[in-house]
Amino acid sequence: MKKPSRYLILLLGLLGLLFAGMASAQSQALTGTVEGVTKSATPIVVVPFAQAGGAPLATDIADVMRNDFNRSGKFRSLAKSEIVENPSKGADINFATWRLLKQDYITVGRISDAGGGMLKVEYELWDVNRQQSLLAQAYTAPAGDLRSVAHQIADAIYEKITGVRGAFWTRISYITAVGTGNNTTYSLIVADSDGYNPQVVARSREALLSPAWSPDGSKIAYVSFESGNSAIYVQDITTGSRQLVSARAKGINGAPSFSPDGSKLALALSYEGNPEIYVMDLGSRQQTRLTNNLGIDTEPRWTPDGQSIIWTSDRSGRPQLYQMPATGGAADRITFQGQFNANASISYDGKQIAMVQGNGNVYRIAIMDRSLGGQVRFISPGPIDETPSFAPNASMLLYAASEGRRGVLYAVSADGLVRQRLVLADGDVREPAWGPYRQR
Amino acid sequence: MNKTVRVALVALLCVGAAACSKKQEVKPQPAPEQAPVTTPAPVSNKFTPADLDTDACLRQRVVYFDFDKYEIRPEFQQIMACHAKYLQDRPMAQIRLEGHTDERGTREYNLGLGERRGNAVSSALQSNGGSASQISVISFGKEKPVCREHNEDCWSKNRRVEIVYTAK
Repeated sequence: MKKPSRYLILLLGLLGLLFAGMASAQSQALTGTVEGVTKSATPIVVVPFAQAGGAPLATDIADVMRNDFNRSGKFRSLAKSEIVENPSKGADINFATWRLLKQDYITVGRISDAGGGMLKVEYELWDVNRQQSLLAQAYTAPAGDLRSVAHQIADAIYEKITGVRGAFWTRISYITAVGTGNNTTYSLIVADSDGYNPQVVARSREALLSPAWSPDGSKIAYVSFESGNSAIYVQDITTGSRQLVSARAKGINGAPSFSPDGSKLALALSYEGNPEIYVMDLGSRQQTRLTNNLGIDTEPRWTPDGQSIIWTSDRSGRPQLYQMPATGGAADRITFQGQFNANASISYDGKQIAMVQGNGNVYRIAIMDRSLGGQVRFISPGPIDETPSFAPNASMLLYAASEGRRGVLYAVSADGLVRQRLVLADGDVREPAWGPYRQR
Repeated sequence: MNKTVRVALVALLCVGAAACSKKQEVKPQPAPEQAPVTTPAPVSNKFTPADLDTDACLRQRVVYFDFDKYEIRPEFQQIMACHAKYLQDRPMAQIRLEGHTDERGTREYNLGLGERRGNAVSSALQSNGGSASQISVISFGKEKPVCREHNEDCWSKNRRVEIVYTAK
């Protein structure tokens, strides 16, 4: 029997992602073309950071940043091979060079020893055309945290240029399934937003599904079949301690979702006959039933203001999305286009709702802009796409797809034009959930 | 800008091939016009646990469904009848009905759909004389497919309720 790989590293890539060192017999570099073109993407050059002495570092900060920028769809960063000069300070930048290369922005930086095992990382962001300094900051961190530093720098630059908070320094969770049939091992994983630094949160011989982040990023609620039937757990991802939240012997214990203040969990339970939406107060464990009809009611999601719940119901025939007050009340149907609409992910501002839309045998990720009525735009090609999850700034989404008999994830820009594939070296990956912003 | 980029990817291992060559077909397949070896006959002829392995009707423990449907198709009524009779004949017998769906639709919605199918089989067994106390229903949604191709032939095998005897 094959033992599941210890390093369930999601390897992936866009421009310039280097992992020759990690390449094993089980991996190979392919050549491809990014689907679609982003004409509006802003050109930016990230010059390799200069290093003052010391052993070569395992993390190439500029490389991590380039990868972040490229997969966002908002930027296209100049390939490392085309970076002809290597300034590390603003004073050394030869702007004519970068104007010739049609770059709008340039980032330069340097790494030095800060003593006590710490490194000092300094960077500057310059506007190439105006020859103007836009940002100059420094971070102190151990060498093992340089990827985090790179993501934080990318976030600061992203925000400076776009006006929108960056979401590169965030984490994602997902479920992996390795092995076949009764020899399948399921793992709940938490990793950096680019798939690096995966850590196993929970492992089971039976299916795991529906991970949902607490608003502070400290816990994940999920469904596990490890005891035979479905049960809902809330697990602290740092300490590993977990609580059994719902394990009704009869029926489904499913679809957990934290309220925006973290005090409650919305769930789908069927012990009273068929799946209905409930809200549980996590302090008192008191439970309130919000729906009552013969259809399947599941996949509850809180609106960001905590006032409403949007969920999936097939009370009108096929599944559609509905909205009701978070205390219960009248159900308003909110999707009318498409035969099947389910599994909502709501953007931080409540303006966009991503969902799985099925028409015939094709299931794609659709985004409905609520200010534009019921119109949706598709951001994935199908045919078996599911589980959309917005990044906390709504600039990107994760979703799961099937390729042959294998499950893969995609990170896609919110306009659907730039797509990054995330695959597991051996096995399925599914059920992505993008975590909240991290606190420094 | 023409944007050909290098995409570094992990090799697609042939896990899929291994997965599907090993697919466990659930047998027996639905056989609408099957003539039962033992016609459920009056009182004197009670089922015994041995019949679960030998009786042509009782050996059929999978009920298949149409897409997004949970009605019991006519060809499975006979199976409902013989398993209900077994439950009647063996009051200590217990069965678990495991509901499954095909891959289309979301995981949580499919948990609901699989449960509906399990409940439909439960109702059919009860209307044929089985007791509710002998039957439990669990849904696995689309988590336990027997076939992993993306086509109707495969999907039709996954839309099922498996009848599992937990006490004979």
